[in-house]
Amino acid sequence: MSSILIHGGRLIDPSQGLDGQFDLRIEDGVVAEIAERIETSGNGTDTIDATGLIVCPGLIDIHVHLREPGFEYKETVQTGTRAAAAGGFTSVACMANTDPVHDNRSVTGHIMSEAARWGYARVYPIGAISKGLLGQELAEIGEMVGAGAVAVSDDGKPVMNAELMRRALLYAQHFGIPVIQHAEDLSLSGKGVMHEGEWSTRLGLEGIPGSAEDVMVARDLILLDDTGGRYHVAHLSTARSLELVRQAKKKGIPVTCEVTPHHLVLTDEEVARSSFSTQTKMKPPLRSEADRLALIEGLQDGTVDAIASDHAPHHADEKDVEYNCAPFGILGLETTLPLCMERLVHAGLISMSRFIELLTIGPARALNLPVGTLAPGKPADVTIFDPDREVTIDPEAFCSKGRNTPFGGWKLRGAAVATVVGGRRVVV
Amino acid sequence: MISEPNIAPVRWTKKDLLGISDLSAGEIQLILDTALSLQAIEKRPIKKVPTLRGKTVINLFFEASTRTRSSFEIAEKRLSADTLNFSASGSALEKGESLIDTAMNLEAMAPDMIVIRHKHPGSPHLLARRLKSGVINAGDGAHEHPTQALLDAFTILQKKGRIAGLKVAIVGDIGHSRVVRSNIHLLTKMGAKVVVAGPRTLMPVEIEKMGVEVAYTLEAALRDADVVMMLRIQLERGGGTAFPSVREYFQMFGLSKPRLSLAKDDAIIMHPGPMNRGVEISSEVADGPWSVILEQVANGVAVRMAVLYLLSGAHEEANR
Repeated sequence: MSSILIHGGRLIDPSQGLDGQFDLRIEDGVVAEIAERIETSGNGTDTIDATGLIVCPGLIDIHVHLREPGFEYKETVQTGTRAAAAGGFTSVACMANTDPVHDNRSVTGHIMSEAARWGYARVYPIGAISKGLLGQELAEIGEMVGAGAVAVSDDGKPVMNAELMRRALLYAQHFGIPVIQHAEDLSLSGKGVMHEGEWSTRLGLEGIPGSAEDVMVARDLILLDDTGGRYHVAHLSTARSLELVRQAKKKGIPVTCEVTPHHLVLTDEEVARSSFSTQTKMKPPLRSEADRLALIEGLQDGTVDAIASDHAPHHADEKDVEYNCAPFGILGLETTLPLCMERLVHAGLISMSRFIELLTIGPARALNLPVGTLAPGKPADVTIFDPDREVTIDPEAFCSKGRNTPFGGWKLRGAAVATVVGGRRVVV
Repeated sequence: MISEPNIAPVRWTKKDLLGISDLSAGEIQLILDTALSLQAIEKRPIKKVPTLRGKTVINLFFEASTRTRSSFEIAEKRLSADTLNFSASGSALEKGESLIDTAMNLEAMAPDMIVIRHKHPGSPHLLARRLKSGVINAGDGAHEHPTQALLDAFTILQKKGRIAGLKVAIVGDIGHSRVVRSNIHLLTKMGAKVVVAGPRTLMPVEIEKMGVEVAYTLEAALRDADVVMMLRIQLERGGGTAFPSVREYFQMFGLSKPRLSLAKDDAIIMHPGPMNRGVEISSEVADGPWSVILEQVANGVAVRMAVLYLLSGAHEEANR
C-alpha cells in the first residue's frame, strides 16, 4: 500500500470549485482525501511539502505529436512523455500522423505499450479519421478505440471531403468519442506559409487567410447540427472561428475547441521581427493581433475549452532552411506552463483557477478523459508548480528531442516542480 | 543632380544589404551619392578602377536573371573584384545540399561579399545571419530587390531632380513583385506619394499599411502621375491565374499611348524588366521618348558599384 501526502500548498481544482490551503492524501493510486489539515498516518507515507506552491489536478495536453512510430529522430513516446513530465503534464493525447499512420489498432497498441513502459505521463492516442490520412475512407475507428484510442483526427491535414466528415461524425458516436478537426480549407491555404495580412504582404510570403480556417469550421458546424455527436476544433486561431463556436455553443451544438499558447502570445508580426525565423512557422499560422485578442476573450468568457500546445518536434536540420522550405510546427510541452502563467495569469488576463481549468477539467471533458480532477476516488494525477519561479527558456535543456521553439531566451515566471501519475511520483 | 535636398548622407555601417526596409533615408542618399561619383568611371576610356582589387565576390543566382546578374558582374569587374558565378544547376544543390551548407562551403573559401538571388523570401537573411561575408540581396522571392529600387530612384532623380512630392504610379502584378515592395519603402522614405494599381486578385491584402494608396483602375493611378512604373505579370509565380486572359488584362491595365495622356505631360515611364510587350505595355510606349527603361539598366551598374564599394569597407580603409 503506497501513500503520499502533499501538504502546505494552495490546492486548486476547478472541477470541484476548490481553491485554498488544502492538504491532499493519495492512497493506492487514487485520491483519498482533501482537507485543510491532514496528519501523516505514520510510516511509509511519502510527504511532499508544497508550501508556496500550487497543487492541482495533473495537467493535460490534448494535442501533441510524439512522432512514434516512424519519426523517432524527431521524438519518441519516451522523450515526448518525459518532456511532458518536465513541463508539468501528467497526460497527453497524441496525433495520428505517424509512419505508419495511426489508423489501426496495432499502432494504438504500440503507443500504449511504449507509454506504459516509460511511465512519465499517461498517453491517450488519437486515431486517424481516414485510412492513411488520405481523406477517403474511414479508418477502423472501433478497433482503435478498443485498443485505447480516445478520439479521431486527421490532424496535420483537414478532412476536406464534407461527406467523409459527415460519416465520421455519425460513426464516431458508436464509440462516444469526439472527432477532432484540423480546420483548414486547402484550396484557400494553398502554398501559404504565414498568416495573410499586413506582414505577409510586407515580407512577400504567401499568405494563409483566416477564412481558410473559418469556412471549414462553419461547414463542420452545419454538418454537426445535423449529425449530432461530438466535434472538437483543434488549434483554433481566428476571431471568426471563435465566434462561430461561440454561437454554436449557444444553440447547444456539441462543439468544443482548444487554442495554443503560441497563438495567445505571438502574432504574425513575429515573422518579420525574427527576420524570417522558421521557429515562427506553424499551422495554423501566427495570426493578427485582433485574432490574438479575440482568443484571449474566448478564454475569459468560456468559449475556449482547453489550452493545448500542438507540440510538434522537428529536427534542427529540418528547420535550418529557407522559410518556405521549413516544416510547420513548434514545441509546446516544456513552454506552455511558464508562457501561460506569465502572459495570461501574471498579466491579469485570466485567473489562476481558470488557467488550471483550461489545462485540466476543460480538456478532460472535451475528450471525455477520466482525469483532470482530484475528486476522491479518482486516479491521483497531480501537478505541483511554483507560480513565481523565474525561468529562462533554454531549448538545449529540453527533455524533448526537438529544439524548435521561438521562445528560447524568454524570461518567464512559472515552473513545474513535480508530477504524480496514478499515485506515483514521476522522476524525470 | 542626384540628391534629395533635405536628406544628408550618413556613414555606412551595415555588413549586408538585405532590403530597403532596413535603410534610413540618409543611407539611401549615401548610396545614390556614391553611385553618382562612381558613374564617371564608365565614361572613361578604361572603365576600371582598382578599388576592390583583392576582394572576392560570389554571385549566387538560384533564379534566372539577365539584367541583374550581368549588372552585378560588370559592376564587380569595373571595381577590379575577383568574381565567381554560381548557379544552382550543376551544383551540389542538385545533389540535395542545403542552402546553408552550400553557403558555408563557399564561405570557407573566404569571399568578401555574396550576392544572392533566390526564389524564397528571407534566403539572404538566412545567409546574412550565418556568414561573415557581406550579403547583398539581388532579389528574394516577392520580398525585396533593393538594388532595383535604388537604381529606380537614381533614374528618377536624374530625370526629375527630386523624389519628394512626386506622384509615382506602380501598375501590374503587385502581389508577386519584389520590385514594388522595395520601391514602396524607398519612395515613401524619400517623400514621394505612391499609388499602386492592378487587378484586385493580384493586390496583396493590407498593402495600404505600407503607406501607399491603392487604385483599381489604370486611369486613377495615372492621373497626374510624374512617374509610371509598369510591372510584368509573373506567370511563373501564378500571376496568370488572377485574370481570365492577357487580352482582358491589357484592356484593363495595359499602358497604351492614349492612356498615357492622363499622366503629367513630362511623366517618365519605367519598367524593371523583363517586359512583356502587348501585355502590360505597348511597344509604342516602351520605346517612346518618355521611356527611361534603358537608362534604368545603365544606372544599375553604377548603383551596384556603389553598394559593393560601401559594403566592402573600402571607403573606411580609405579614410584611415
